[in-house]
Amino acid sequence: MTAPAEPLLTATGLRKSYGPTPALDGADFSIRPGEVVAVMGPSGSGKSTLLHCLAGIVRADAGDVRYDGRSMAGMSDGERSALRRADFGFVFQFGQLVPELTCLENVAMPMRLSGTKRRAAEKQAALWLDRLEVADVAGKRPGEVSGGQGQRVAVARALVSGPRVVFADEPTGALDSLNGERVMRLLTEAAHDTRAAVVLVTHEARVAAYSDREIVVRDGKSRDMERAA
Amino acid sequence: MSIGHALLGLLESGPRHGYDLKRAFDERFGHDRPLAYGQVYSTMARLLKNGLVEVDGIEAGGGPERKRYAITDAGVTDVESWLAQPEKPEPYLQTTLYTKVVLALLTGRPAADLLDTQRAEHLRLMRELTRRKTAGDLADQLICDHALFHLEADLRWLELTSARLGQLAAEVAR
Repeated sequence: MTAPAEPLLTATGLRKSYGPTPALDGADFSIRPGEVVAVMGPSGSGKSTLLHCLAGIVRADAGDVRYDGRSMAGMSDGERSALRRADFGFVFQFGQLVPELTCLENVAMPMRLSGTKRRAAEKQAALWLDRLEVADVAGKRPGEVSGGQGQRVAVARALVSGPRVVFADEPTGALDSLNGERVMRLLTEAAHDTRAAVVLVTHEARVAAYSDREIVVRDGKSRDMERAA
Repeated sequence: MSIGHALLGLLESGPRHGYDLKRAFDERFGHDRPLAYGQVYSTMARLLKNGLVEVDGIEAGGGPERKRYAITDAGVTDVESWLAQPEKPEPYLQTTLYTKVVLALLTGRPAADLLDTQRAEHLRLMRELTRRKTAGDLADQLICDHALFHLEADLRWLELTSARLGQLAAEVAR
């Protein structure tokens, strides 16, 4: 039996305040390659702030985030942007696809931004659209597809560059149960197959049930539920 | 669940032996809990006595397992009224969980930990059902979804109670 892999992304003692209100008040986190970890908690508990700190979108006031052995606190804004482009993928509650581009172009975009030639990027994008069971909407614009299809396009876009960590913030929040479940099944299957870690922020238990384990954030503090059980 | 009605319903498509009935029941509804043979035969004996089934034939060799049962007209009417009758929604007003939370507060034990431990256990079972659902057929999906929605309702209660623990502690202390 092999030992569990080292954590890919860890956070210790994160604190972050917006004005006088602390959004994070000493939160910890860790995730290993290929693992899906749900971050749960009531609205306003600090789960999205935790995700933003982990992804290097905002800097924590105190504490440290380490990715692949490197401290993100010591990185410049440019270095963190480069890291997000190269190693991270993102899925938000509302797909946030570019309305003027076709679904295929949307999915190809992260690769194009990293310098991949159009034909190669679109070939890869088509594979991911197929994998997410939305090959038929490749030529359509986001406004012409359903919410569930749009969200699967967004998942394809998050995975197209082969990220090592996918950050999903309420990825099914705008979908009905059936479409939400389909997005979760496809996202977690793809992540397990590609050994991508998934940080899944959700307040829905049925969505969290697709994770391997969960942490709960309350009043800016995190609690690892594996240790609670 | 009313085993008698389920067995009667299965007989509507044609006469069956007790063993076939058990197999058909387990295949469609048994999942975690297959029927015991004894339960099948005692149920059939009751249905027979009440005139809802009749013996359609007995194979050589004797013994109760050789009987072939057929549904009677009264049996069909009984299934029909059972299907038409809504099930009574269970309000679960006296839950063990509520009792545990109040007792923890009364005795000065950490009620928040109790709720968290329960929450983790609920989610563990929800994960298991989700795995079973994604690997299963449509019947598995529907059965697991039913359980998942109920567990989710419990979990929402656990979360809400966690958020109101301070308030509840004050009330309990009065």
